[in-house]
Amino acid sequence: MRVNLRVWRQAGPDAPGGFETYQAEEVSEEMSFLEMLDMVNEELVVSGGLPITFDHDCREGICGSCGLMINGQAHGPQLGTATCQLHMRTFSDGDTIVIEPWRSSGFPVIQDLAVNRSAFDQIIEAGGFISVATGSAPDANLTLVPKVAADAAMDAAACIGCGACVAACPNGAAQLFTGAKITHLNLLPQGQAERWKRTEQMVDVMDEFFGSCSNMGECTTACPKGIPLEVIAELNRDYVKAQFINRKLTAQD
Amino acid sequence: MLESRIPAGPLADKWDNHKFSIDLVNPANKRKFEIIVVGTGLAGASAAATLGELGYKVKAFTFHDSPRRAHSISAQGGINAAKNYPNDGDSIFRLFYDTIKGGDYRSREANVYRLAQVSNEIIDQCAAQGVPFAREYGGQLANRSFGGAQVSRTFYARGQTGQQLLLGAYQALARQISLGKVEMHTRTEMLDVVVHEGKAVGIVTRNLLTGAIESHSAHAVVLATGGYGNVYYLSTNAMNSNVTAAWRAHRRGAFFANPCFTQIHPTCIPSSDEFQSKLTLMSESLRNDGRIWVPVKAGDDRPPGQIPEAERDYYLERKYPAFGNLVPRDVASRNAKIQIDREKGVGPLKNGVYLDFADAIGRLGRDTIAERYGNLFDIYHRITDENPYEVPMRIYPAVHYTMGGLWVDYNLMTNVPGLYALGEANFSDHGANRLGASALMQGLADGYFVLPYTIGDYLAESLGDPPLPIDNPAFVETRAEVENRIAHLMGINGSRTVDYFHRELGKIMWDQCGMARNQSGLEKALSEIPALKAEFYADVRVPGRADGLNQSLEKAGRVADFFELGELMCRDALHRSESAGGHFREESQTPEGEALRKDDEFSYVSAWEYSESDAILHKEELEFENVQLTQRSYK
Amino acid sequence: MGMLRGAIVAGDNVTQIRPKAPSDESTAVSFLLSFYRSQVGRKWIMALSGVAIVGFVFFHMLGNLHLYEPAGPDGVARIDEYAEGLRAIGEPIIPRSGLLWVARIGLLAAFLVHIHAGYSLWWKSRKTRPVRYDADRTWVTASFASRNMVITGTIVLLFIIYHLAHLTWGTVHDDFIPGEVRHNVITGLDNPIVAGWYIVANLALGLHVLHGIWSMFQSLGSTSPRLAAIRTGLATGITALIVLGNLSFPLLVLTGVVS
Repeated sequence: MRVNLRVWRQAGPDAPGGFETYQAEEVSEEMSFLEMLDMVNEELVVSGGLPITFDHDCREGICGSCGLMINGQAHGPQLGTATCQLHMRTFSDGDTIVIEPWRSSGFPVIQDLAVNRSAFDQIIEAGGFISVATGSAPDANLTLVPKVAADAAMDAAACIGCGACVAACPNGAAQLFTGAKITHLNLLPQGQAERWKRTEQMVDVMDEFFGSCSNMGECTTACPKGIPLEVIAELNRDYVKAQFINRKLTAQD
Repeated sequence: MLESRIPAGPLADKWDNHKFSIDLVNPANKRKFEIIVVGTGLAGASAAATLGELGYKVKAFTFHDSPRRAHSISAQGGINAAKNYPNDGDSIFRLFYDTIKGGDYRSREANVYRLAQVSNEIIDQCAAQGVPFAREYGGQLANRSFGGAQVSRTFYARGQTGQQLLLGAYQALARQISLGKVEMHTRTEMLDVVVHEGKAVGIVTRNLLTGAIESHSAHAVVLATGGYGNVYYLSTNAMNSNVTAAWRAHRRGAFFANPCFTQIHPTCIPSSDEFQSKLTLMSESLRNDGRIWVPVKAGDDRPPGQIPEAERDYYLERKYPAFGNLVPRDVASRNAKIQIDREKGVGPLKNGVYLDFADAIGRLGRDTIAERYGNLFDIYHRITDENPYEVPMRIYPAVHYTMGGLWVDYNLMTNVPGLYALGEANFSDHGANRLGASALMQGLADGYFVLPYTIGDYLAESLGDPPLPIDNPAFVETRAEVENRIAHLMGINGSRTVDYFHRELGKIMWDQCGMARNQSGLEKALSEIPALKAEFYADVRVPGRADGLNQSLEKAGRVADFFELGELMCRDALHRSESAGGHFREESQTPEGEALRKDDEFSYVSAWEYSESDAILHKEELEFENVQLTQRSYK
Repeated sequence: MGMLRGAIVAGDNVTQIRPKAPSDESTAVSFLLSFYRSQVGRKWIMALSGVAIVGFVFFHMLGNLHLYEPAGPDGVARIDEYAEGLRAIGEPIIPRSGLLWVARIGLLAAFLVHIHAGYSLWWKSRKTRPVRYDADRTWVTASFASRNMVITGTIVLLFIIYHLAHLTWGTVHDDFIPGEVRHNVITGLDNPIVAGWYIVANLALGLHVLHGIWSMFQSLGSTSPRLAAIRTGLATGITALIVLGNLSFPLLVLTGVVS
């Protein structure tokens, strides 16, 4: 099959960008979307052009490196799928495919389709952890975790940090990402000591970079791991509680 | 020359005695030491976090945009530990024994025993960090049996154990970053080690965004940069996994051990066309219920449903009645290759064998199969557009893990003082074959529990010495070499892409140094690789500029190092004329065609020293005092 | 925001490439203000004020149903009596219209805070996507109502101002008689353009309230599965009552059923 591509090209973070049009010929239906781009890139290099830059690594949907806006949908038309797991059989011969980078001021474009997602790392650094120094842990079975809590924590912990939630959100909000980590850690008994501090600090850092959630739910649809919208409610609830509890704890210092 | 520093005394006491006898760094002095950690996967992130907690000044480096992306994240199955929670007879000694035996007796007893010992602490540590391990209804940790083990010792978090363990280590690292104990350098690739007066004193890196070549000085350098399976081009490794850090260390004097020991995983989805960029692993657990077969007649083009039972060859069940479809990874892989070489391969490219669930669905019902493997079936369906509930899966082996790596002593230090290697980047614990659910265990053991103790022994000597200034000629020269290398690659301006050469190299490696190896093939590879490398340096085209983000340039540097590694792998495979674990030499097999070890000749670690001409072989003899060497049999 | 973050001490030859968050150095402010400064806090306050406003809108609609009650023996329209009754609550202990003014002020405060929170969050979110997507978005989950809250909200705001001028102050009403609610409504809505505007505005109100109620549970942090199961139904039900009630006035006046 043959597809027409409209791809965002941008030489650097401060360079102006624009769309370029390419034709990909002899695309096999078995190809993954990124393999199709690999092919276009090889042709670009051989013909003296510059290949299209995009982030990718594991190509099995777990590392979270890849992420393209494909025809106005984060990670493309197949739901519950990262870009690397999208296959060309989803498209038809002659289709025009518009490929854009994630758009968010929290994710500045680096080059072409690659963006800088280190704001996510900063959110985690603000409190997305349980402070336990190596070697100081008690026997793992000393703290029992109800199966339902462990399962719900795992549902939230499945987040791969790709940024599709922000990209898909009309508000550019990062509540699903932040809520997923808060929910994962706040549901577990091990995470209780830092629960309120964690929530307040992570949400405050999130606020600095991203937009405001208005509960449209597009994030959870775009999420390759189907992180549920409930994690946002969890975030909202714990944030408000934290406002009171943290004040109380501080007063007791 | 090779001093393995294995402590004296009984096996069970070695690690404790060693921890007591090595030098320590006083807590107040730790902040005076700077340590570089390259790579932030399981081993690197856990090491950087722990060293930061201890008070060292740590600089961590990753070429990814975030430490959370390392390929450890892809591990599915689980992590072993000798907890014996299910009370089924497991023990530290049994985990040690299984690992030594599974590695076909090509690893060190002392290292493997220590690995089994600290395995329990890993589970405690990870559970306390909030890793959402699977639980029983009572709230206790769940275990399962994995990879044919006789006991249930595998802890898991759905099919995403690697992800959850990596995120645990990443979060511990994030905490140290927020405390200012670890300085994190993302999108920064290490391109060389700086060695001064025989010791590792720093690294030279390229900032992948700006192209800036930078020098970083430290008292010690820790490499946790993963394995080199991508030398085969197609593997289950992530696209960016590479050997450059380890190879550059090798070129600076660190020995490379057992490079030919590679693990080929039998249940991957066969490639579908020439542009296939990577292979996807399907969990080994599928073989519990799937039956592997090929048509009896070579070149049979009928769809699987039209091939009658009598014309199917369930070759594993036929050859290995006792183990059947559950033979170890290497045996299953090799037999698939034999069938495909006989032109019995199936699928459009004739490059797979069937893994058929029809019997299991008939016996257990579709729902049970969906419950057990639904997720895997979905992945398969998504990738191949074939529904495995109705049509048999097609599978083929693919390169998955590399047991070889930088040679390290008991302290995980290479033979270059001050240079350490952790996780898949070293050679230490898996011998000639790695058992399932052991890679995660080793990475975290090295990073959380071994290196943080052993590194003090080396650092203590240099108390009071500041790190070498980066304007020292050692840094200046290394940096100039890196810059020249890049300028050279950029200047070739040939006509072929980097990927073209990588694919060609991969074909040679797969054909001659893959699942089965023989003398003439390896010799052929040893003549083809240098020729391809020469063509690469004459005709590769690296577009764009070096002073900014340039993914082609990144790949070019990595592929250039893969050529040299590929040659060394073939050389190692050629010299080791026995079969052991993942290394099958056709000349060394039993009359039934099974792998035949030669313990009297090859019971050693081959450690290769770099040389401009031919690599120089050093041998570390392996001594077995606690286990009896036996030949594996699955008949 | 006073947490320690990434004390990155880069050497001279190191180029750091992390984006810095726009600095938002807030000095010590009162609890409520700092709560309101956070997006989550602001959404929370928006949800609470929304509850108050929806309550008002609902009871406003119910009260207006007095329009359909036949006039009493004294010939005074029941809705006029009802309106007079509201002004007279608590007399003579409380001055005339006293309670009404308390409610009005409370309501005004809820409106102001709801409007400010809504527009400010919208504006902030807008700024986080300085470059828009070029391709048309394919929406899967985000409903029309949820995506257009700022538009429906603006329509409702404009309508409220008009509605006050129309039926409370009478400034845009040709035949306004203070106190005669029934007369004012019927003569006011007899004009098809005015009635049309009422209809459009109430449809916008319906969309706004539909997503607003559903969203409120989320913003207030309800994770209860029982509430989750009914919240779509609850939002639809309340919205339907409000919209049907409110639309009935212009429609029945326009069609002459009420005159």
